[in-house]
Amino acid sequence: MNAKSRIVVAMSGGVDSSVTAALLHSQGYDVVGLTMQLYDHGAATTKSKSCCAGQDIYDARRVADRVGIPHYVVDYETNFKAEVMDRFADSYIRGETPVPCVLCNQTAKFRDLLKAAKDLGADALATGHYVQRIAGPRGAELHRAVDPDRDQSYFLFATTQAQLDFVRFPLGGLTKPEARALGVKFGLHVAEKPDSQDICFVPNGRYADVIQKLRPDAAVGGDIVHLDGRVLGRHAGVINYTVGQRRGLGVGGEAEPLYVVHVDPENARVTVGPKEALLRNAFEIHSVNWLGEGRGPSEDGTPLQVKLRNTQPPMAATVFGELDGKARVVLAEAEAAVTPGQACVFYDGERVFGGGWIARDTLAVVPHNLRRGATAIAV
Amino acid sequence: MVLKAPMTESNLCYLDHNATTPLLPQAEAAVRESLAAFGNPSSVHATGRRARAMVEDARERLGSAVGASAAEIIFTSGGTEANDLALRGFAAAQGCKSLIVAGIEHASVLAAAAGATVIPCDARGAIDLSALEEALKSLPRPALIALMLANNETGVLQPIDAAIALARTYGAYIHCDAVQAFGKMPIDFSSLVVDSMSLSAHKMGGLKGIGALLVRRGCEVSPELVGGGQERRRRAGTENVTGIVSFGTAAGEVPRLLADTPRIRALRDQLESSLRRIAPQVNIYGETAARLPNTSCVALANVTSETQVMRLDLAGVAVSAGSACSSGKIAPSHVLLAMGIPPAEAKSAIRVSLGWTTKEADIARFIDAWQPLTLNAAA
Repeated sequence: MNAKSRIVVAMSGGVDSSVTAALLHSQGYDVVGLTMQLYDHGAATTKSKSCCAGQDIYDARRVADRVGIPHYVVDYETNFKAEVMDRFADSYIRGETPVPCVLCNQTAKFRDLLKAAKDLGADALATGHYVQRIAGPRGAELHRAVDPDRDQSYFLFATTQAQLDFVRFPLGGLTKPEARALGVKFGLHVAEKPDSQDICFVPNGRYADVIQKLRPDAAVGGDIVHLDGRVLGRHAGVINYTVGQRRGLGVGGEAEPLYVVHVDPENARVTVGPKEALLRNAFEIHSVNWLGEGRGPSEDGTPLQVKLRNTQPPMAATVFGELDGKARVVLAEAEAAVTPGQACVFYDGERVFGGGWIARDTLAVVPHNLRRGATAIAV
Repeated sequence: MVLKAPMTESNLCYLDHNATTPLLPQAEAAVRESLAAFGNPSSVHATGRRARAMVEDARERLGSAVGASAAEIIFTSGGTEANDLALRGFAAAQGCKSLIVAGIEHASVLAAAAGATVIPCDARGAIDLSALEEALKSLPRPALIALMLANNETGVLQPIDAAIALARTYGAYIHCDAVQAFGKMPIDFSSLVVDSMSLSAHKMGGLKGIGALLVRRGCEVSPELVGGGQERRRRAGTENVTGIVSFGTAAGEVPRLLADTPRIRALRDQLESSLRRIAPQVNIYGETAARLPNTSCVALANVTSETQVMRLDLAGVAVSAGSACSSGKIAPSHVLLAMGIPPAEAKSAIRVSLGWTTKEADIARFIDAWQPLTLNAAA
């Protein structure tokens, strides 16, 4: 790429993507801002249909005005509903705990927006993600951000090599305070804008309300059962429960703290137990995306580090490649709350090697020395 | 950092005159001159009287341009307010018991006529007169019909004379939105016996923020804005003197604008035949219907309106698509959907609209910028 290259920047209206656009523009690139209209903010939670997203699109447009770049809004509402929001709801209904941000990156951002960027004659698509793309001997590599507190590589594990070759992450080498300082330097009104919430279409974290609206028939009440077989109470729908959850179970009077250890949507059953019952050291993953050397994790086991949720540090594991994009992950140390529906992301030091989705009902407790062929023990 | 435009306006190939057209030089001169007369037209003193005289001069000029008497003209903030005043204020004052609107009306009509019976149109974009008659037969009387003179997206002229005849037969009132037609075809309010008519200045060379509702002598209007007694107690608020001056002056130029229409029609036809030569598969909506001379609504299958508008804009060519909502998101045109065009096809349509500044070089430039899009269509 040279200074005349056209780069499309995915502008959300937040500080990170705004700084990305201003930074690339200051470096002389031909920058075009695109903002995705993904859902109707009113319709996501209330009955009223309120056209136009409002503040975030307004902010993106004002930043583009300030920087002096063209800016457009692209409408991906239909795809986002089907491929992110509906799948989010269906995942909860299946008893999983989904990560919709990964789905959004896979579909809206790195498929639809990437195509739009190519349609506009761009040489690259840049986002404000905190993650590093480093040129390697066999194409672009994905690496963790310099700032470990901001690293967003967990949400980008499904990026394919072809996508990675086209995208750029100019903020991956910066800390958040450095990015905000650039926002101030460039005179962007969003420089001090608070960070966005985790899931953009779930206001106030009330995800059950969103599922109720998307899938009104989903809430089927059932029993809350202790591992020892006792029925402890009733619940109003499995969508309200996540493996590892402790609060809000509504079952008191037990001597030890109780955690959700299993969610069974077929029987509308939530199983609870003591913290030790959450410990797992092996599980299956599916839809594996591989960004490491070779064609995938070795059948005989590839030693890696894995993250099972965004907020935890990587831990040692061995990944055994299987057929059909599946793999078996054996952790060096048993871990509490291996949650179906979450991503298991592979790392080799700072480099991201891809990852997969934690499958249901494959959670097993196996001896550390047993590497392969372990039988799943569904609780 | 200085706000800078990526391209100066004089470099632009502007083919979006139905959205707004540049201020006519005569109107600009009159506006500049009027700025010194700062008075309030309601004031008794000489300063006020000078402002009032300017308002009334402009009213008379507008009246002679459209064949209306001064007393029949209510200045409004634009076409939207004029339509609102007709569908609410006029309908209320005349005791209308039902509302009938064409499905291809402007959003300001459709939104102001909540609960109205919506009349479909044929594939060529003209209202279905038999459906209109059915509605008139069955609905409580008197009804108020809203039918535009020319559609803003396709340019297709509506059978207003036949609709007027039906209105008379069934004792209905008829409101005509002539916003897009004014300055592009002859209009005579006195011989075209509609009961009210909306006009807007910025579509024909005046300033934004000024329009008018013509109301036939003998018909009443309940004001939507109340307070002062301006506009013969039909629209309160201090007059927009500058805007009114621009409107009156531009109206005085209507004969010249109309004399220019054969030239504009020839350019439009040249544009359409070039498009057909490059891409024989294009759909030109309303092509065989009576149309405004300046408007062309064209679909290029498999290339979204979004992509076309963005690509053309990046090449310095301004056109529009569908009805842009305030976010800038492009929804498929409700006009094309009302014509029975499948949504997938409607999503690939753009509107090219010529005006008094359009030159042959603009058509050539548009064709040069549009031609590469046909490669996307083939891909």
